Amino acid sequence: MLNFLTIINLKIMIKTLVPDVVEETTGNENKMLSPIKRGTFLKYLGASAAFTALTLAGCKKSDDPTPGSVTFTSDDFGVLNYAYALEQLEAAFYIQVVATPYSGIPATELTLLTSIRDHEKLHRDFFKNAITALKGTPIMDLTPDFSSIDFTSRASVLGAAKAFEDLGVSAYNGAGHGIKTADYLVLAGKIVSVEARHAAAIRDLMNPNSADFAGDDVVDATSGLDGAKNPVAVLAIAQKYVKNKFDSSGLSFIK
Amino acid sequence: MNIFKIFQDIETIDPEMYDRLNSRRGLFKKASNLGLKLSAAAVPFILGGVLNEARGENKDAITDTLNFALTLEYLESEFYNLSVTNGTTAKGNNKTTFDQIAKHEMDHVTLLKSVLKSSAVSKPTFDFTAKGKFNPTDYPTFLVLSQAFEDTGVRAYKGQAPNLLGTDTLTVALQIHSVEARHAAMVRKIRMQSSWITGNNSSDAANPIIGSSYAGEDNITQAGINVTTLGYSAAVATEAFDEYLTKDQVLAIAGQFIV
Repeated sequence: MLNFLTIINLKIMIKTLVPDVVEETTGNENKMLSPIKRGTFLKYLGASAAFTALTLAGCKKSDDPTPGSVTFTSDDFGVLNYAYALEQLEAAFYIQVVATPYSGIPATELTLLTSIRDHEKLHRDFFKNAITALKGTPIMDLTPDFSSIDFTSRASVLGAAKAFEDLGVSAYNGAGHGIKTADYLVLAGKIVSVEARHAAAIRDLMNPNSADFAGDDVVDATSGLDGAKNPVAVLAIAQKYVKNKFDSSGLSFIK
Repeated sequence: MNIFKIFQDIETIDPEMYDRLNSRRGLFKKASNLGLKLSAAAVPFILGGVLNEARGENKDAITDTLNFALTLEYLESEFYNLSVTNGTTAKGNNKTTFDQIAKHEMDHVTLLKSVLKSSAVSKPTFDFTAKGKFNPTDYPTFLVLSQAFEDTGVRAYKGQAPNLLGTDTLTVALQIHSVEARHAAMVRKIRMQSSWITGNNSSDAANPIIGSSYAGEDNITQAGINVTTLGYSAAVATEAFDEYLTKDQVLAIAGQFIV
């Protein structure tokens, strides 16, 4: 978008770079409005293009180099916001997956991933709305960082999906006992089993008809227990995928 | 789970605990090195100690909840063990899947019995034909029974969570609950359904085994919010949240298989 300041910048740039062009004009007071030789103008336009691009890019909010850091309160709202943070991450991931599906994706897999995307988006929007309705303050919109994921590769995408889902399950399982209000525990409970279904579905996509849906790598073979990690541990892992700096200290009371 | 808080609590009530558990000192030391993530194999031992010394007002509620869970795990474990032994699980091409499920259910029985110790209920007598109504050795029937037990199991654990509010027992219950959800997802896929539940799972509505397992799953209101107003279809709204069942509702379903 070419705004007023950018045009001024352009003109100043041209005037600085091409004083000879300006001198070719008539004695008109406002030299910048005088016509210049087209060829000369175009020759120097290239030089200013880079400057212009920088100026335009600087307009965008998403290019802010330091997105805000995220803190969590040491109460139920902190836990709800923690869930909100993770759902934001998952939603953003699957939105990207569906927007730019990996090469050769079968229709059935795209349908499955689209369903998961919709569930995560709903979880995300639900938490934001619920926290607000309960008179809490939702955390900011997070800026994801998926630079480590190759969205053109099935292996990379499903591997990341598996990691996110397993992490989500262990996050809910590990945070549950830190919730003080029964109603919120019920809500978290309704969601975690859906994440576990996602995890199983993704894992079966990767290795169909095997034990991987609930493999020994994620469900302990002796106890039959799924993972449970505390918020500090989870946020340290999730940090890799988010540009905002997580400050998990508010949730360190959940062991 | 904060192991050190548990130890402090126990020691307050039973200062002799550390002496009695002399041979386990290595375990405690290991737990401190593990920091926050406790080895899952050590959980039943730790929790067993917790339960026995739990304060009176909580102990009965927790015991009842765990015994309810144990009853369901006995049911699932017996069902799968029988089905493996009599060759039913080998009839499809999913034997590996059901071996893994059977292993977990047996693990859950072992875990819960070790936590409950002498308070554990004994295994009921099961009849998976429901007095001759069903044939569990018929593979499609076996699959329906499996899906019913897994999806109902998920809803059962979910319904019990509030009874364990704020306890370390809750963590274990959640860790079993999500495994049952993985099982359910897989069995549903084998039966050519999606891994999640849409509405009341209408494709099974007329099925006498499983029809009542999905009552209430068409709920679209969460925390007082009609979530379709956030811009989602009723289908997505019902899929994104799994609904709980009360103990009575679960026993009405499971009860037909308990003699």
